[in-house]
Amino acid sequence: MDTAGSDWSQQLYETLKRQSIKQVSMVPDAGHANLIRLCEADGEMKLVRLTTEEEGVALAVGAWLGGDKSVLLMQSSGVGNCVNMLSMLSVCQVPLPMLITMRGDWAEFNPWQVPMGRATQAVLEEMGTLVSRADHVEDLAPLAEGTLRIAFNTLRPAALLIGQRLLGAKTFGK
Amino acid sequence: MAEVNETGGESLQRREVVKALLADRGDLLVVAGLGAPAWDATEAGDHPLTFPLWGGMGGAVMIGLGLALAQPTRNVLVITGDGEMLMGLGSLATVGVTRPTNLSVVVLDNEVYGETGQQKTHTAYGVDLAATARACGFVAASVVTAHEEIAPLRAAIHAGAGPLFAQVKISSEQMPLVLPPRDGAQLKNRFREALLGAVAHTAA
Repeated sequence: MDTAGSDWSQQLYETLKRQSIKQVSMVPDAGHANLIRLCEADGEMKLVRLTTEEEGVALAVGAWLGGDKSVLLMQSSGVGNCVNMLSMLSVCQVPLPMLITMRGDWAEFNPWQVPMGRATQAVLEEMGTLVSRADHVEDLAPLAEGTLRIAFNTLRPAALLIGQRLLGAKTFGK
Repeated sequence: MAEVNETGGESLQRREVVKALLADRGDLLVVAGLGAPAWDATEAGDHPLTFPLWGGMGGAVMIGLGLALAQPTRNVLVITGDGEMLMGLGSLATVGVTRPTNLSVVVLDNEVYGETGQQKTHTAYGVDLAATARACGFVAASVVTAHEEIAPLRAAIHAGAGPLFAQVKISSEQMPLVLPPRDGAQLKNRFREALLGAVAHTAA
């Protein structure tokens, strides 16, 4: 296990706990692996495995109707799967923080990841999501805290993009 | 007007089915999928604890799941159409993994996209939604075709021994529009206030 990754995952987990997040939905990404383990081991959090990321957007609407705060963990490619469903968050003023690990940016190996990686921030913003971006590990916890707070305090979707510069680009051994 | 179904009986009519399922609803929390199911639920009686959808196609079951997980002591009913369900088939697998006992999904299956000109859906070609739900891990999943099956279905929804799935075959006749409020924020706020009380507006 990557010790640095484990350390910042712990900080993200503590941020979710401080904000009393009850439902954590996700399509797994290597960058989120430690955080997913921490959430799964937490008896107060319900970890929901999705078949596609847009399910997590709809889940968040139901969770909020029922009084639960939720967060969506996904890779940037999943943002493309969410586009139409994001409409509900704006129209219904439902808060949803999204922690998004990037593909297709700094040092990307796989050309097929680049188009969606380039479009991620613009697509989110076009659909009414506030977007911040962390490329350095020391920024991650405060930006995550701010993303969760602005989502729940102002009732809207907010995303934190976690750059490959921070995560380490996947290299397929090359 | 009444069509005859495959077993020789009279086809079920969507408004009668929804009215019967929502009769004496008690504590039931309801999500109504976009299009005709939302109009059906409204015709049965607009209610603060019904969340009718005007969009988010494919998301009705997931909204029900989020609600069921947040409110484990309340029964949650998702009423949606076959087209809406087909767009979110993966959500049946997600429910099957999560297995909330308090969630029921009723698909009103007329085998057409009624809002867009009666084009056939996949169910018209034999795609079996109930079998899909069963294979995904719903503890009960059935195809409902007869009037006498509706009252037991309503009882099962209130029994809270799910996740339960019912594919209710209905006639494809179109009904007059009965529209719920359109303001999503208002629909959300009234639902949360009715469910959570004053804390709905202060909790963050």
